Amino acid sequence: MNEFVAIAPLLMLALGATAVMLQIAFLRSVRLTAVVATVSLLLASASCFYANDTAPLQVGALLQADTYSLLFCILFTLAGAVTCVLSLDYIQHHGDEPEEYFLLLILATLGACVLAYAVHLASLLLGLELLSVSLYALIAYPNRSLLPLEAAIKYLVLSGAASATLLFGFALLYATTGTLHFSELGTALEQSDMGAALPMAGAAMILAGLAFKLSAVPFHLWTPDVYDGAPAPISGFLASVGKAAVFVVLLRLFLEANLFRYERLVELTGLMAILSMLAGNLLALQQTNIKRMLAYSSIAHIGYLLIVFMVCLDLSNRDIAIEAAAFYLIAYTATTLAAFGLLTLINEKRVEREQVQLQHVSGLFWRQPVLAGLMLVALLSLAGIPLTAGFIGKFYIFSAAVSGSNWILLAALIIGSGISIYYYLRVVFYMTKHAEEHKDAIELSPGWSGKALSCLLIASILVLGIMPQSLIAVLGSIL
Amino acid sequence: MMLELIVLLLAGGVVAWQSERFNPNLPRWIAMATVILGMLLLLSTISGIPADTFNMVTEPSKAENWLLYSRHEWIPRFGISLELGMDGLSLLMLILTLALGAIAIVSSWNEIEFKPGLFQANLLWTLTGVIGVFLALDLFLFFLFWEVMLIPMYLLIAIWGHENRGYAAMKFFIFTQVSGLLMLLSIIVLAVQGAGDGDISFSYGDLLGSAPTGKAGMLTMLGFFLAFTVKLPGFPFHTWLPDAHTQAPTAGSVLLAGILLKTGAYGLLRFCIPLFPEASMQFAPIAMTLGTVGIIYGAVLAFAQSDFKRLVAYSSVSHMGFVLLGLYAWNSLALQGAIMQMVAHGVSTAALFMMAGALQHRLHTRDMNRMGGLWYNAPRMGACAMFFAVASLGLPGMGNFVAEFLVLAGLFAVSPWMTAAAAIGLITAAIYSLWLMQKTFQGKPDEERKLQDFDRREMGAMVIMMAALLWLGLYPQPVFDLTQPVLEGLQPLIVNVPETLAGNIPGGTP
Repeated sequence: MNEFVAIAPLLMLALGATAVMLQIAFLRSVRLTAVVATVSLLLASASCFYANDTAPLQVGALLQADTYSLLFCILFTLAGAVTCVLSLDYIQHHGDEPEEYFLLLILATLGACVLAYAVHLASLLLGLELLSVSLYALIAYPNRSLLPLEAAIKYLVLSGAASATLLFGFALLYATTGTLHFSELGTALEQSDMGAALPMAGAAMILAGLAFKLSAVPFHLWTPDVYDGAPAPISGFLASVGKAAVFVVLLRLFLEANLFRYERLVELTGLMAILSMLAGNLLALQQTNIKRMLAYSSIAHIGYLLIVFMVCLDLSNRDIAIEAAAFYLIAYTATTLAAFGLLTLINEKRVEREQVQLQHVSGLFWRQPVLAGLMLVALLSLAGIPLTAGFIGKFYIFSAAVSGSNWILLAALIIGSGISIYYYLRVVFYMTKHAEEHKDAIELSPGWSGKALSCLLIASILVLGIMPQSLIAVLGSIL
Repeated sequence: MMLELIVLLLAGGVVAWQSERFNPNLPRWIAMATVILGMLLLLSTISGIPADTFNMVTEPSKAENWLLYSRHEWIPRFGISLELGMDGLSLLMLILTLALGAIAIVSSWNEIEFKPGLFQANLLWTLTGVIGVFLALDLFLFFLFWEVMLIPMYLLIAIWGHENRGYAAMKFFIFTQVSGLLMLLSIIVLAVQGAGDGDISFSYGDLLGSAPTGKAGMLTMLGFFLAFTVKLPGFPFHTWLPDAHTQAPTAGSVLLAGILLKTGAYGLLRFCIPLFPEASMQFAPIAMTLGTVGIIYGAVLAFAQSDFKRLVAYSSVSHMGFVLLGLYAWNSLALQGAIMQMVAHGVSTAALFMMAGALQHRLHTRDMNRMGGLWYNAPRMGACAMFFAVASLGLPGMGNFVAEFLVLAGLFAVSPWMTAAAAIGLITAAIYSLWLMQKTFQGKPDEERKLQDFDRREMGAMVIMMAALLWLGLYPQPVFDLTQPVLEGLQPLIVNVPETLAGNIPGGTP
């Protein structure tokens, strides 16, 4: 019985998916579907607190319920709920039969939550595919323009290749150790007398496959096109939940199977971190399309996050590294949702091609102060300015890297942050342009739900930035 | 009181911002009222402190020796607390900040038509950040205020600035932000290695004396030094300043020159040198060379400008070179000179920028080639400009003279050659200041030109600043008395001070 309690969030999401499916079968109504989906996501989120009473608990061979997984379940389900609310007006204008969109969204969230729970390569694959397959469909959902379809195909093909690499990696590990369970892998690798070459190759392939999903350089080439083509709320979901879930499971795999034993491999993550920070930021500099800019900036943020792997090399710094990663993921998710939320609200009624060039937001401050405030807070948080969640996240990463004496990574982090200020502030500058300068700008009038959500997101970013104590206390308890 | 002051200005900004819905004239009154309230709050608190506390030597690691001290837990995970403290130096800086804040509001009284509410709000928020910087004793908190004051300043330049505002605002932000990140790195390094195996702490008192030695100490110190010298600005990190000053609206320039630059000097004096005594003294010759080069280089460039605001901006680079010199000479004389320079330069440059703003508002140009003979059209402006130009060149009787004289006198004990080089700055200052007067207010007047002279509001602000400069120049003793205990607390932190004639200010406190 306890096992069921421990995976209550997963069960709630599955129930929610079923309920939405049934509801669509009997009565087609977007609003109702959206409400059912949002409620089930929120219920799943609430059930995490209930499940926490039984944690830590191993459920079957595949899943592990502990504070770590539950914390991220809360994050993913809340992010899913936010995406639901954001999508409601958007998808009505963009898709012909918009109800199933919400079904897919629940399934994608379920996949992300499974990844948070996963302690077994099988559940890792299950969660990952559930997430990815739902995302293929979600990206292609708006059927009135070509761009989303192109993006979906691109993502499908490349993601398929990544999954294949991942599976090959699993096979190699299994060949050496005969197990797929994370911690058993760890013990088996310890005793394995086959030498390090084969399992290390396996681990490297897993890393490559997951790095593709994370869009770390050099596996990032798909990112800007897919983000640009996908519907704005889905780009947000992909950039936040899609990446956070993969990062969560990657970190858990490395920790429990102690893949940190392969120093070369960890150094590779360090190299990826540096390349992502520099390339992501430099490429973002070139963009005038805000969606593409955010895509490249998300690559850079993955670079910042990957720093923690190098820090983890030293056992005594592992605690702060994990805390740092967890805080950064939470801050980054909230911030990314906010930034893409603005793009969604701007593009609600634009069917043919989304308008996300810099000049489209010019003067936004004077026309829609709430929305511009949302964007301002999101950008400042991405840039890591104090009083926002992003700053505390960056402070955490700094502290972790200083504890581990990773000076080269820190240098790349500072250079990257310096570059990033330019393109984040450029958006702010456009938003503050005077009235006579924004002829290209667009009319928009977000509904009450959009405004309320914006306020909520602003508040959450600021609260995380000003009063992080309680979250930090929770993070302290996951170790 | 300190937290209340910060909250007051923050809240005043929000109220001023929202009040523009009711009446576009309301925000400036609210902003003015907020600053005056803040000043009253400060003065009433000071009057409540027993007089002999002001003479007590402030030992930075002892809470009870601060004039005011408060501490609240904030992020216990990292040993971060809301630790605020005020001593004579902070007090002096707070008074300067609030006074110049009021001047800034007056100087932009009629200038802003676009979104006046948000403008005043940003002014107040900048003041909030600066006051936080002057009060914070927790290094994390200090960094937070240091960064947060950039955003309203960025918006002031980017929204209400002049023709090339986007570029200037961006340059300002990137320079300060990147150097700030280096400082954050240094702060964390200092805290992490200062903690050793124990609990980490960001408190100033805990971190004093825990700096790493040798090369690591030098590198860590450089993080602080860079952030503060960019803000100061010291040569060669000054290039953002002429752009930012020139493009900023008048009130923005006044705040920038009057107060924001002083946060850099304050940071050096409060944090950089005391936290890293060993590295700082090794580094002192380089810092002093940078200061001297800055003095001469700034002066030469100032002379080459045809833009009124740019000229004043480069003169700031020159004047702040004296601060750098005074701080790194590290004896009472030079330090008092540096502090005096912070105050006097704040007032005189604020006045010159207000003048530049007033001219631009009336003539729609800052180009001095298109001015000339303005004294004929506006005698009151001419007289004011003359006063502040000669104050800026260091005429005896004004605060700037006292400051530069003390710096040079203190410096002579440390490095006579450096003193000789820096003294050239006094001559060049005379050249560019008088050149400024000749190009704008003297020469052949254009009788066609209609130029509205200073009105009562502007004259009022000018007279107050003149009085302040004269007072600083003729009777500077109260300022010395206020800061002497602070310096006496800081100086022993550095053991191997370079050879000094040392001693107190003649006639100073024992």
